[in-house]
Amino acid sequence: MPKNLRVKSSNFIDETTRVSFKFNGKNYHGFKGDTLASALLANGIHLVGRSFKYHRPRGIMTAGSEEPNAIVQVGNDKAITEPNVRATEVEIYNGLEATSQNCWPSVNFDIGGINNLLSPFLPAGFYYKTFMWPASFWEKYEYLIRHSAGLGKSPTKPDTDIYDHKYVHCDVLVIGGGISGIMAAKTAAQNNLKTLLLDEKTEIGGTTIYQNSDNFKIENKVSSEWLTNEISSLKKLDNLEIKTRTSVAAYHGYNFLLARENLTDHLSASEKKNKVRQRLLKIRAMKVIVATGSLERPLIFNNNDRPGIMLSSAVKKYVDYYGVICGEKNVFFTNNDSAYESAISLSKKGIKVNAIVDIREKSESLIIKEAENLDIKIYWSHTVVDTHGYKKLKQISIMKLSEDAQSVIGSRINVDCDCLGVAGGWTPAVHLFTQSGGKLKFRDVDQVFVPNKYPSKQISIGSCDGDFELDKIIKNSSSSLKDFLEIDKTDYENLSVVNSKEANKKNIWLLPSDKVIGKTKPFVDYQNDATAKDIKLALREGFRSIEHVKRYTTTGMGTDQGKLGNMHALGIIADTTGVKMGELGTTTFRPPYTPLTFGTIVGRNVGEYFDIFRRTPMNDWHIENKAKFENVGQWKRAWYYPQNNESMHEAVQRESLAARASAGILDASTLGKIDIQGSDTSEFLNRVYTNAWSKLEIGKCRYGLMLNEDGMVYDDGVTTRISENHYIMTTTTGGAANVMGKLEDYLQTEWPELDVYLTSVTDHFATASVCGSNSKKILNKLIPDLNLSDENFPHMSFKEAQIGKIKCRVMRISFTGELSYEINVQANYGKSLWEQCMEAGKEFNITPYGTETMHLLRAEKGFIIVGQDTDGTMTPIDLQMDWIVSKKKYDFIGKRSLYRSDTMREDRKHLVGLATDDPKEVLEEGAQIVSELNQSPVQMLGHVTSSYFSPNLNKSIALAVVRGGKSMLGKKLFIPMESRTINVTVTDSVFLDKENERLNA
Amino acid sequence: MFIINCPFCGERDQSEFKAGGEAHIERPKQPTELNDEEWAEYLFMRKNIKGIQFERWNHAHGCRKWFNMLRDTSNDEIKLIYKMGEKSPIE
Amino acid sequence: MKNKYSIFSLIKNAFSYHENWQKAWKDPAPKKEYDAVIVGGGGHGLATAYYLAKKHNMINIAVVEKNWIGGGNTGRNTTIIRSNYLWDASAGLYDHALKIWEGLSQELNYNIMFSQRGVMNLAHNLQDVRDLKRRTHANRLNGIDAYYLSTEEVKKFCPIINTSSNIRYPVLGGTLQKRAGTARHDAVAWGYARGADEMGVDIIQNCEVKGIKRNGDEVEGLETTKGFIKTKKIGVVAAGHSSVLANMAGLRLPLESKPLQALVSEPVKPIIDTVVMSNAVHAYVSQSDKGELVIGAGTDDYISYSQKGSHQIVEGTLNAILELYPIFSRMRMLRQWGGIVDICPDASPILSKTSIKGLYFNCGWGTGGFKATPGSGDLFAHTIANDEPHKLNAAFNLNRFVSGDLVDEHGAAAVAH
Repeated sequence: MPKNLRVKSSNFIDETTRVSFKFNGKNYHGFKGDTLASALLANGIHLVGRSFKYHRPRGIMTAGSEEPNAIVQVGNDKAITEPNVRATEVEIYNGLEATSQNCWPSVNFDIGGINNLLSPFLPAGFYYKTFMWPASFWEKYEYLIRHSAGLGKSPTKPDTDIYDHKYVHCDVLVIGGGISGIMAAKTAAQNNLKTLLLDEKTEIGGTTIYQNSDNFKIENKVSSEWLTNEISSLKKLDNLEIKTRTSVAAYHGYNFLLARENLTDHLSASEKKNKVRQRLLKIRAMKVIVATGSLERPLIFNNNDRPGIMLSSAVKKYVDYYGVICGEKNVFFTNNDSAYESAISLSKKGIKVNAIVDIREKSESLIIKEAENLDIKIYWSHTVVDTHGYKKLKQISIMKLSEDAQSVIGSRINVDCDCLGVAGGWTPAVHLFTQSGGKLKFRDVDQVFVPNKYPSKQISIGSCDGDFELDKIIKNSSSSLKDFLEIDKTDYENLSVVNSKEANKKNIWLLPSDKVIGKTKPFVDYQNDATAKDIKLALREGFRSIEHVKRYTTTGMGTDQGKLGNMHALGIIADTTGVKMGELGTTTFRPPYTPLTFGTIVGRNVGEYFDIFRRTPMNDWHIENKAKFENVGQWKRAWYYPQNNESMHEAVQRESLAARASAGILDASTLGKIDIQGSDTSEFLNRVYTNAWSKLEIGKCRYGLMLNEDGMVYDDGVTTRISENHYIMTTTTGGAANVMGKLEDYLQTEWPELDVYLTSVTDHFATASVCGSNSKKILNKLIPDLNLSDENFPHMSFKEAQIGKIKCRVMRISFTGELSYEINVQANYGKSLWEQCMEAGKEFNITPYGTETMHLLRAEKGFIIVGQDTDGTMTPIDLQMDWIVSKKKYDFIGKRSLYRSDTMREDRKHLVGLATDDPKEVLEEGAQIVSELNQSPVQMLGHVTSSYFSPNLNKSIALAVVRGGKSMLGKKLFIPMESRTINVTVTDSVFLDKENERLNA
Repeated sequence: MFIINCPFCGERDQSEFKAGGEAHIERPKQPTELNDEEWAEYLFMRKNIKGIQFERWNHAHGCRKWFNMLRDTSNDEIKLIYKMGEKSPIE
Repeated sequence: MKNKYSIFSLIKNAFSYHENWQKAWKDPAPKKEYDAVIVGGGGHGLATAYYLAKKHNMINIAVVEKNWIGGGNTGRNTTIIRSNYLWDASAGLYDHALKIWEGLSQELNYNIMFSQRGVMNLAHNLQDVRDLKRRTHANRLNGIDAYYLSTEEVKKFCPIINTSSNIRYPVLGGTLQKRAGTARHDAVAWGYARGADEMGVDIIQNCEVKGIKRNGDEVEGLETTKGFIKTKKIGVVAAGHSSVLANMAGLRLPLESKPLQALVSEPVKPIIDTVVMSNAVHAYVSQSDKGELVIGAGTDDYISYSQKGSHQIVEGTLNAILELYPIFSRMRMLRQWGGIVDICPDASPILSKTSIKGLYFNCGWGTGGFKATPGSGDLFAHTIANDEPHKLNAAFNLNRFVSGDLVDEHGAAAVAH
């Protein structure tokens, strides 16, 4: 029965370009310019989806982003399918595939529809009252609930589209390209202000752009013609940018806004290829003009949700803008003049309007006279009490309102009708205004919330400011713009305006019915199936605040966030409880205004750009030599270098043996390096490290331990005195940035009197550490000019030298316990340095080793790694490093905290070594330690912090923190694993070369 | 996302800055002379004011300078910014 | 019980069009005097009142709430419940709570929808692996169900996680607590309120405390917007506003109140059946019964009571979410919001007496208080009723900040405090 539901009057639809698309597997066509909703309506399809809870058939209600019902799944590719898309926002393109959601097997026959029959037992919050027995069954109930809830389906493969971010700065941001937004943008741009105009629709012009009626004229032209001229002069202005298909999602403090620019969703697969899908605009505006318009309210009556029941303004837009007729038997139901606009639009296009049901006693405006002249039957003081037709509206029942409008009188009149346009008045779109922190006031006369107090440099104009009539919009917008932009005049003063509507409205939040409310279904939140009786139930049960009612009934919690029904919910609460609307407050409008794609928020910060790795100058060499890498903080560090299919264990054992037996080399470039200069540096170091620094000679190095002010170990490293007032400090790899920040903090805020300057030079130097008994020979080959004798260059000292033409700083310091040298060169020579070391070391079998071997070698020596052997709860005393805590110094960071009652306890956890009974057994790092096995609960004494198999000692070694460990040397302890217990003995934490002889080997 | 007027660099986005908590808590000059309660007071106890509060901020991703700010923590409105070491213009 | 909830009462009431349901709680005016007053009508405060009445027979008590009950962090959090904490004191506290959660719907006759769908914590670097293993061993010895999972086991338990080894933060392993999960946050507040009301507790909403009246070192009562209320015992459970109340009594607390944000996506059919937390990339996600992805973001670093945070925090969280779940790129954020969390220096709560007699504080829960609600209420009620802590909350006293005996749980939450 394909009928022609198109009227040929639209300027906005290109009827010469046919677009084919699929809906629920069937082929249809529409025209370029159609939305999915208009194209479906043109094909006679109203039934688009099923509701969330009762699975009731639902159709298209609106023509915009406030749509609660017509939400669909777009696309069926697993990577780019998208759930919950509003059919009213999808612009059709060739190849578009859309399907109904939340129904099985199909939208026409949905098993879930049984919920509608069960609805008497499923009032608001029913799930809080049941599913509690038997207790163990909740999991099963929940499974069923979860599977019947949800709407569309998530993609199951990674998104193949790209997204983008852009920072935008402007003098004036105008949100909304309706008539008042256009006036604002033009005025701002004319006054040399850099202006940005955003609109969520395909074209600017709002609703005025299709207002072709003599009832609304500006300067003697129909308003659409006047506005078209304005737009063409607007587009000629230089300092104005217009972005359409761009929806402002969030309005934060300090005029920071987020907007989503939709770039390709309206294009076919081949057209959108390799293009950015959406762009997030991060906008800072000096001034913001909010011209977001208003949303038409529905009316709340019994069965007000059937497919075919639409907003009156949507019926008008479909016919005037898209050239689509929504029904053949049209009826309007209204409480104000605006339904008459829609009725007249239809009538003038030769489409029958069967009736207008108006709850008012009468209205005298010109537009009503015109409707009467067009022979449209008007039922004054009547209300719709019921509607009929399951999957498509067929008929409505109306009755006369009693004088106080609290009930209905007389008998039902049935009116045939396949499209009911409802007009409940207008709600200013104040969402963005309130997001920004703006406060609303309630206007009693027409029951709307309007902006009251602005938190930042912004104004609201047009219908979002509560001006719904053309003459008022123009007059008030013009004068607001003058004040806000501080200008003398606008183009819009003293325009002649014809407006045939009047602002006379009769507001009834919940319309009376001839049935008791318990037998009716007056929907307030269409998507979530929350009805007026649910709201009343919530109030009856003691939920009084709007937030409670909202949460209990789920009103306003759907994907439309209650854009249509929230006001009615408030109104019904006010009516029921007898509290005035203005005193009730509103729920918070939370960002985003319309749902915002995660990918858009994230932009390019995905995959390899999520968090950029830092790599050392020697990185390419490590890759070429098959290194495995470990992520440490932001760095990629060589972990170990497997040869010939070695396992990690085998590689680390080989590297560890070689490093001690002959020579090893480690890339130590990632250690933090801070260049410290100034005449007070030694005093500064005294204050930040636990040990004494005053007597460090030029050319010497010293290890330091840094605490937090709470006394706990924070970082460690070696600092070298390069010259009188010049030091270089090293930090741990992960701690570098924090140490730098902390030192700056103390320097600037606590000790500004110190002459000290800090510069981070981590990236400026590359460091190769050459260790082992042959390291001196290698250095000698590499830097023959340098006198490497122990007298001239002893342990813990520093020399400047040159390798060829490369200047370098050489420190004789050791983290392995071996004789070793750290060679620092300017970063871009790093790879060359490394290669020269390898070349020089070749005859000594120099072996590159990674972080794992470094960890093993230092553990053999009992050296700690901050962050592995400490966890923010260990003092230096706990670590048995009393030797590094100066008793003489008056103060250093954290000193006072070492003398609190808890930090002085003898039974704190102490760092010790552990030996397993079985020397081959390697403990698991993190394993817990106990002294008694048969306790309940078990008293844990501590845990294993580091554990390795030492090839140099040919046995396992472990470091651990153990309660009272200091006095436990030789004591047997236990490590209870899941399936067995491991016996261990407490040992000294230094396993190898306690006398430090190897340092001078 | 505030805009913060760094006294050294001018107006910048909040994301460039780090907050450093309550201001004008001076590190005791002689910590060893404090008892445990007094030391705990310095270390941990905070006014944590709802309303106008003096605080420290650092232009961490800019000039790295610390400065003081007077801010209403109930609505995040910045009232005043002054350099470290300067006396607060308001008591 | 006045109005027992069950499938039968639901059916029965359907025949009278649900016109005969009684109030879940009354809305009384405050009396002149109470034996104890709880300040703060969130989950913890209402639970405290419930257990005071139920276990300590203190009936003449009230809960005063500035706004509406459950409207603070109770109604704003991501509802994760678990007890796999590192230190004995924390494990004891949170597992006490978890045990109560397991029977709470039946105890309250209110379905709080405790869903034991498991909580996974992911390891992304070698130190994470050590830390999670350490925690798992400690949990096991403390009698808490915790398992260490390999990367393959992580993938098996939650197939949509990207476990590819060449991503920025590869999943190296994880832990699983199967008894852990989520609950319906509003229902927890409402269920406790209904239960407390049933036993005679006055729940007084829209009643803001303006002052705490002291007589020397003892409390005498509260100045409120609904008049003076005399009482000898005041339990403050005001979360982000704890310092504001403490200042009224002339106390200072080791707290900072910071913005914490969360967001939900539009609802979709079931796609993730467990709760996944990642410390290193800072992302945690679960799916509500309604179908929304519930995603917790991090705290901002500045003090604020505005209930708003900065966008970069939300952006950073979603960056991390898409790193681990690239399939969620086309999901859409439906709502985002902020709360005020009161954070202690050691990331552990305070459940403690104070230097003022009759004044008790329950605060400092930071980003993770929801999970403790029943246990916190139970132990705080014990502390108020007996004027001394229960052994399970003894470690969470205020004196620990003086002695240095902190309970450092910085590794415990997926939020860097």
